[in-house]
Amino acid sequence: MRDVAIIGAGQVKIDEHWDVSLRHLAFKAVKAALADAGVAQVDALYVGNMLSGELAGQEHLGALVADFAGLRGIEALKVEAACGSGAAALRVGYVAVAGGLADIVVVVGVEKMTDMLGGDTTAALALAADGEYETSQGLSFVSVNALLMRRYMYEYNCTHQDFAPFAVNAHRNAVNNPYAMFRFPVTADRFVDAKMICDPINLLDSSPICDGAAAVVLAPAEMARSLNAAPVRIAASAIGTDALAIHDRRDPLVLDGGVISTRRAYEQAGVGPGDIDLFELHDAFSIMAALSLEAAGFAEKGQGVRLALDGEIGIDGKIPVATMGGLKGRGHPVGATGIYQIVEVVQQLRGLAGENQVKNARLGMAQNIGGSGATVVTHILERVE
Amino acid sequence: MSVPRNWRLQQQRYRLIGEVCEGCGAKIFPPRDVCPECEAPAKTPFAFSGRGEVYSYSTIYHPPRGFEEFAPYTVALVKLEEGPMLTAQLTDVDADDVCIGMPVEMVTRKIQACGDSGAIIYGYKFRPSRFDPLPSG
Repeated sequence: MRDVAIIGAGQVKIDEHWDVSLRHLAFKAVKAALADAGVAQVDALYVGNMLSGELAGQEHLGALVADFAGLRGIEALKVEAACGSGAAALRVGYVAVAGGLADIVVVVGVEKMTDMLGGDTTAALALAADGEYETSQGLSFVSVNALLMRRYMYEYNCTHQDFAPFAVNAHRNAVNNPYAMFRFPVTADRFVDAKMICDPINLLDSSPICDGAAAVVLAPAEMARSLNAAPVRIAASAIGTDALAIHDRRDPLVLDGGVISTRRAYEQAGVGPGDIDLFELHDAFSIMAALSLEAAGFAEKGQGVRLALDGEIGIDGKIPVATMGGLKGRGHPVGATGIYQIVEVVQQLRGLAGENQVKNARLGMAQNIGGSGATVVTHILERVE
Repeated sequence: MSVPRNWRLQQQRYRLIGEVCEGCGAKIFPPRDVCPECEAPAKTPFAFSGRGEVYSYSTIYHPPRGFEEFAPYTVALVKLEEGPMLTAQLTDVDADDVCIGMPVEMVTRKIQACGDSGAIIYGYKFRPSRFDPLPSG
């Protein structure tokens, strides 16, 4: 197996892009990543996307985006793993390059969510859950997370306000990210008073519905140096899975998929949680941030919220999370999110994160979650000295 | 929802038919043919009592398409007395009166109406238990 490096990264500002279609969004990100990498020849393109069929009336994205990006003829596929589609596509690209089947691979995550009305988008997002036994009962995807949050608060005796640091931290970091959707700070008071969405989840627990695309270019590490001045090595790439439905999990408050995924990633990279300098976690809802910190070994069971309350998730904390705004502040265009996370870790490891720079960042971890934890994709990236 | 997709789940929707594992005796719902506990084949049907308690709950104010007529409605994870958990709406109860640990029992209710001329889907919901436990002693 070959070592794989990221030699280029590009992203589109996350927003409500009324004037731009899905193919244009994807193309913009691909173009930016290829320009950053300084390459024009590509062997394969993998598109991470969850809902193009439901929300944009378009499937068959591999060939569509390849053609639109001027790459007609190359191998191209769409990869789907609900909200984990972006990182799942990266995993496929990684396998292709590591296995020696391709040299230069572009991975783009793209999602266009704002063309439809609220009820349609809500129904589409719920496709990540179990269709026969969860969504058929009228569950929305938010409510799946609300069930987890309510139980977490009950078992660990914490309040809704205890989750405020996740939103406060994410928004604080988004202020300095020109690609973020919400570039304004929020206070703990505002968090508590936010509009209720699905008790106990309120608006400031939740990531927004939005449009976006981000892309990275992969190459074998031995080629990377000659192609690009600042390659970043993929030290680990791993997927773990669990039951789709919460009621089928061993313990609903433990992300077993996350435990498996991070354990594999740590083993592959030969590191542990204490070695990770920053963690781009999947804070689609604040409860998922807490559960992710626990599954990845940064906090004991039930202590994820405590870690945030102790101020350890900030840029200068023990484990900085959502360093460019996270899903909450930067935005969560579902199938694109996993690649935004990777682009941001690359920024950090290249020392290009500006005011949000984590000092001496050498190892960064990104974790993209499909559904409420059924697919968990973890990548560890390493700065190349 | 399409008719066959609903029709083939009628044993589960109307009667809570799951499975019992021939290997370890675990009760399984929803049925899945392979025991999640011991991975042995599990094909013996088992009818659940429909009694359980609320493990967690939430109230939905912004329903997905197709469930607008019920909003707001309360959904719950229900831990059945035989062991497994399922997801269902709560009914015949005010959202403010629901709590974790509350005893509930299965009832059959309308789940969804597919337009004016489509099928009406029935299935399980859970209401506060009316089953009075026998006084001890």
